[in-house]
Order: sequence, then structure tokens, then C-alpha cells
Amino acid sequence: MAIIENMGVVLALLGAVTAALAAGIGSAIGVGMTGEAAAGVVTEDPSKFSKVLVLQLLPGTQGIYGLLIGFITLTQIGIMGGDSDISLIKGILYFVACLPMAFVGYKSAIRQARASVSSISLVAKRPDQFVKGMIFPAMVETYAILALLISILSIFGINGLPV
Amino acid sequence: MAVLPMKKAFLCGLKKDRKRTLEYLQRQGVLEVSEEIGEDAVFQKMDVLSSKAVFERNAADAERALGILQSYASEQKGLLDSFKGREVMPLSEYEEMAERHDEIMKRASRLLQLAKTIGEKQGSLPRIEQQLKELEPWSTFDLPLNFKGTKSTSAFIGSVPRQLEQEELSREFSSVCEKPAELSIVSSSREQTCIFAVCAKRDAPETEAALKAMGLISAPQTSAVPAKRQKMLQEELKRTQQEIADAQQEICSMAPARRELKFVADYYTMRAEKYGVLNGLAQSHSVFLITGYVPAEQADKLEAQLAARYNVFAQFEDPGEDEDVPVILRNNKFAEPVEGIIESYGLPAKGELDPSAVMAPFYYILFGLMLSDAAYGLIMVFGCLFCLKKFPQMEEGLKKSLKMFMYSGISTTFWGFMFGSFFGDAVNVIATTFFHRPDISMPPLWFEPVDMPMKMLVFSLCVGIIHLFTGLGVKLYSSVKSGHLADGIYDVVFWYLLVGGAVVYMLTMSVFTEMLGLSFTLPHTVGTIAAAAALIGLIGIVLTNGRESRNWGKRLLKGLYGAYGVTSYLSDILSYSRLLALGLATSVISTVFNKMGSMMGDSIPGVILFIVVFVIGHTLNLAINALGAYVHTNRLQFVEFFGKFYEGGGKKFQPFAEHTKYFKVKEDV
Repeated sequence: MAIIENMGVVLALLGAVTAALAAGIGSAIGVGMTGEAAAGVVTEDPSKFSKVLVLQLLPGTQGIYGLLIGFITLTQIGIMGGDSDISLIKGILYFVACLPMAFVGYKSAIRQARASVSSISLVAKRPDQFVKGMIFPAMVETYAILALLISILSIFGINGLPV
Repeated sequence: MAVLPMKKAFLCGLKKDRKRTLEYLQRQGVLEVSEEIGEDAVFQKMDVLSSKAVFERNAADAERALGILQSYASEQKGLLDSFKGREVMPLSEYEEMAERHDEIMKRASRLLQLAKTIGEKQGSLPRIEQQLKELEPWSTFDLPLNFKGTKSTSAFIGSVPRQLEQEELSREFSSVCEKPAELSIVSSSREQTCIFAVCAKRDAPETEAALKAMGLISAPQTSAVPAKRQKMLQEELKRTQQEIADAQQEICSMAPARRELKFVADYYTMRAEKYGVLNGLAQSHSVFLITGYVPAEQADKLEAQLAARYNVFAQFEDPGEDEDVPVILRNNKFAEPVEGIIESYGLPAKGELDPSAVMAPFYYILFGLMLSDAAYGLIMVFGCLFCLKKFPQMEEGLKKSLKMFMYSGISTTFWGFMFGSFFGDAVNVIATTFFHRPDISMPPLWFEPVDMPMKMLVFSLCVGIIHLFTGLGVKLYSSVKSGHLADGIYDVVFWYLLVGGAVVYMLTMSVFTEMLGLSFTLPHTVGTIAAAAALIGLIGIVLTNGRESRNWGKRLLKGLYGAYGVTSYLSDILSYSRLLALGLATSVISTVFNKMGSMMGDSIPGVILFIVVFVIGHTLNLAINALGAYVHTNRLQFVEFFGKFYEGGGKKFQPFAEHTKYFKVKEDV
């Protein structure tokens, strides 16, 4: 029963790709939304390109965090080279550890994008308030960062567990 | 840290020098005009808003002319030209060009007119082409198309929308009409058949009805023979195209006037601003008065210059308590670059300190911790240095931003070496893949956050506590300075005791120190002292936080609510965990790219792959993470740090100056 024996690494990999998947999808939706808004502003005033570009990119970080969690998990479970002998319990733990990033990353990217779209219309009307407009979406990102933190700490912690 | 002191200025000069005085003040750009003197029997204001509107329109016309010039004969622009700043123009040249402003304006109108002509002509081209196309099937017909017949015959010229042969046509016609008629086909194609029909005059109505029934559509009415008409149209088409080309040619030939047009756009913008000031100027029969604010350090020079040049009398005094004095920040070279960030949050309100000097070192440190890669830091430093050296005329705001990124880059380099990151783990990857020396790597001077994330987290939170406590410290300082020592103790010292005590107390509990991976646990006696300090802080806050209420019950409730604010300290401190998260993001993504690049191993294609992935990957990573570091550094400063002591809301000093786009006129004294 090779599958049962190797279930640990399967679950761990499932966790890694879930984090990358969900956060990546969230960011893709988010950056898409903000991109539409940004393009609208640039049709009116091409000189605002650099400002709205920054605002467009803000919801993109969740995807990077997802990638980060995915990558760390891959290195920890030995998929990127090394020993990939993961017990079932550890596999489940890795899977669970990846979940905060997956869920929070997905939802916060979309919510951050909505804040960013509003900030883009703010910058369109009042370009001098750009920095303030940048802070509102950045507030949403805090929660993605907190989720990232928990995921990272869990993943690093699991390695040392005697299970 | 300083908000530059301001003086209130009263200037009084002779009306005949009015224009030149205003121009001088505009070039100096040190006076913010405030309209405070109302009209009375002696002093009146002049309504020059209509002239101002004319100048504004002229400026807009010149801009439009420049736009036209740009679309036909575009100016070559380098990638870095946006750093260049405005061109410096000596006063003598300014005066020489200003003399010719009408002439230059005529060129601008000529450009606008040419553009209009081109637009109209281009609009008429499709009409001519359409007519030509309609005439195409009739080109062999040798009668004018509006030919109606002779004395005794009637003629019908038109087309039916289908292909017909002569026989079919005659048959079809005779089936709907009994009268005789001569039908001939002029031309025939898949879409239509052009027909010329002649009948006796008396049969005309029946013939016409029959042809209508067959679906005959009248040919385009021309009084000339189609071939001739075609020739005429073709000539018209050619002529119009030639006219468009000529106009374009003329526009292109005006390309050398670009500089003059830029000048005139600036010139009218400046005049419009001057007239804006003139409009609010109090003037009597022979003198005028200006009031406004001047930075104190400029006051003496301005007074001397005005007196010497234009006989203007200037008087300066300290602004009153209730006045909303405009703000300029002045800091040393190290703190100056963050002024832009403060300005975007809000300049210090009356009585507030300028936070630049306190904020600057934290700004650089936090940015560096988030990006934390030595190579990226070096790229930033040298990139900014290059631009700063290459474009000395750069606008002030941009210069400040670049300097800010340069200092942040230095900090990034420092932290990069501390954490052993140079393009991530590139040193080790290159040594291993291409030189087979896995033992070579760049060891961190301190520790690698990827290996010890807990240590990095603790460090981040410590930086956070220091940052927050510094913010509180500034509040204490300004309370003491303004003589409200008690407020300082209530709002700052109690919080120090509470938060500081709680943190130290946590360090005495082995649960926490083990969790944080610290090698020490503080002894119990320290814990007792810390707990006592926290308790004193807590009681102090509960008792004093609602001190503006007279009612003790209300006061205690407000105090309790204030003490609840300790949760916000918890979230503020935890917020600094982003230092860890963003730092890890940079290094892990670099690692991913390095790994991807080295996948084909030590071979020629392997080297090529590595170079391509390395360049693209690290450019991307630098861009995204520098953006992240910038955004989150600002957030930490605005939300966590400023939240402790700073509100902002001051008015920016906006002097009467040359707010031009292309030129900066320099006083050659």
C-alpha cells in the first residue's frame, strides 16, 4: 500500500499548492480589478500612470506570499531535493499550516483590490493624496501578513516535532 | 527638526514700480501673499480677472500648439529625461523672449489653425472618395447623369441592385410595361446593373413606374459627363491631399519654434499668476500694499533688495497667535528627504513639532529591514546617485525622494549583509552550480532569518517597541516643551510603565521566553517590579485618562476605556511582524529564481538560462519588494508611529512664484 505509506508527503504537497493556488487566484482577481480601474484613469490622464500602477500592484502581494509558503513547504518536505519521507501526521500538519495563507490570502487580495480601486479613483481626482490612497489598501494587507506569519511559523515549527 | 519661523510682511511701494516689483517677487518666490487689506476710501482693488482669463487661455493655446507639434514632429525624449527638471533661463534671455510674446503667440495660433485645417480636409476626403466610387460604374457613359431626355423623348438613368443581361432586362421590362422603350446596359456587375432607358415623352409616367417596380434607383446627379466628373473629383482629391501634406509640412517646419512655444506657455502662466495677485492688491492713487508671509531668514535680504531696487518699503513682524501661518520644513541633509512623506501625511499644525528628524532614521531602518538584500540595496544606492549627479537641475521634490531611496538603499545593503543576502543565495548557487564549490557562500554577519524566523520575529517586535516608544517620547518632549508636564506624565509615562512593565513581565515567564526562543528568562524579582510598574501605569491611566470630565464616575469610565487602549498597543507591536514577512518574501523569492536559473546545471545553455532568469527574476523581485517595502514603511510610520503623537494639518507655504512647466528664470544679480 504505497499510497497510504506516502500519504504524508501527498497531504503536505496538497497544502503547499493550496496556499499558492488560493492566494494566487485571489491576487490575480485583485490585480485584474485594479488594472481595469487603472487603465480607465490612464485614458484620461497618461501622466498618472506611475501612481496608478503602484496602486494596481498592491493586491499582488498575496500571490507572492502564497508562493512563499508553497516554496517553504516544498523545501521542508524534501520535494526540492533531499529526503521526502513525511509521516502521515506531519503531512496533515503541513496541510493545516498552509491553510491560513490560502484562505486569508484569497479573500484579502480581493478585498484589498476593492480598496485599491477606490484609491485609484481618489488619485484620479486628487493626485496629491496619493500616499494616503496607498495606505488604505495596505491596511487590508496586514491580515494577509498575519496569516503568512502564522503559516511560516507553523511550517518551520512542524519540522522539529517528534511525530 | 524644525518648522521654519515665519514673518508677517507688509510691503508698500509706488504704483509706477508695481509691475516690476511683482515680477521680482515672483522670481524670488519667497512671499506667500495673503489678502487681508479690505477696500476703503483710499485703497481700492483692481478687477483684472478678465485679463487673467485671457492669459490663462493663451497659456492653454500654447500648450495645445505644443501638443500639435508633438503629434506631427515629436520631440526625442530619453528614458531618464523626466529627472531633468526645468531648463534654467537667464533673466536677459527671458526679457528678450518676453518682448516677442505676441509674435510667438501668432505662431501658436497658426499651428492651431493648421491643425484645424488638416482636421477639416481629412473630414472631406471620405466624401470625395464616396462620390468617386459611385461614379465608377458609369465611367463609360457619355451623357451627363442628370440627362432627362430630348424634346420628344424621356430618359431614365439608374441602377437595379442585381446582375442582368440585356435579354433578361428587356423581358423583365416588357412583362411590367406594354409601352415601348429602349433599354441599354451601361455596365453590369454582381451587385448592380446600370441602365439607360429612353422612351417617348408621352409614355414617360408608365415607363417610370415600371422601372421603379423593377427596383431602379436613380444614378447620382451630375451635370457633367461621368468621365469628366470623375477627373474633376480625382483632381479635388489630389488637391485636398496635397493641402493636408502642405499643412503637415508647415507644422513640421515649425518644430524649431518648440522652445519659444514652451516659453510662451510659461510666460502666460506666470502672467496669469501675477494678475491673480494683482487682483487682490490694495491700491491707492499712487501706492500699492502687499501683505503676506516670508520665511524669517529671507526677510532682511528681501527688505534690502526691495528698497534698493524699487524703493519699496518693507516691514516685518511676528505673526499673531491666532493666525494660520504657512509651514516650511527645514532639516539637515539626513532628515530632509523624508519631508515629502510628512507633507503627504500632513504638515505639522500650529504648535506641533516637525517629526522629520525622528522619523528619518526609523524610515531608513524599517525600509532596509523589509527589503534586506545587499545587492538590491547597492543597486538602489548607485541608481539614485547616478540620477542625482547626472541631473543637477532636478526638481526639489523628486530630488528628495531619490535621496530618501538612496539612504534606504544604504540601510538595505547593511541589513542584507547582516542577514547574508546578496541576490538571495546567489553567491552559493553560482559557486555550487558553475564552479562546483558548494562550500563558498556569503555568511550572514548576524543570522539568516530563513533559518531562524522566530529570532527575526522577536527582533522585529523589538524594533516595533522601540519605534512606538520613541513616538511616545516625542509626545513627552513636546508636552514638556510647551509646559504641560502633567499631560506628558499622564499620556506618556503611564503608558511607558504599563506597556514596558507588561513586556518585561512576559520575559520573566518561561512559557514566553521558550516560545520566542530566547536564551534567558528574567528572574522573579524583576517580574515583581515590572508587574508593579505596569499596575501603577494602569491605575494612572484609569485615573487620568478622562481628566477633562468633572464628574468622577464619568471620569473613571473614560479612564477604563483609555486603559482598554492597551489592546491597540498589542496590535501595533504585532504589526511590526511585517518586517519579518516582507524580509522573508524578498529572500525566498530570490532563492526561487536562483534555483530556477540553475536548473540546467553547468553547461552553455545552463549559463544562458541562468543569466536570463537571474536578470528578469531579480529585476521583478526588486521592483515588487521595493514597492512593498515603501508602502509598508509608510504605513508603519503613518499608522503606528504618527498615531502616538502626531496629527498634522498645517498649511503648506505656497509662495507667489514661477509655477512654470519648462523654464526656471534665474535672477542674474
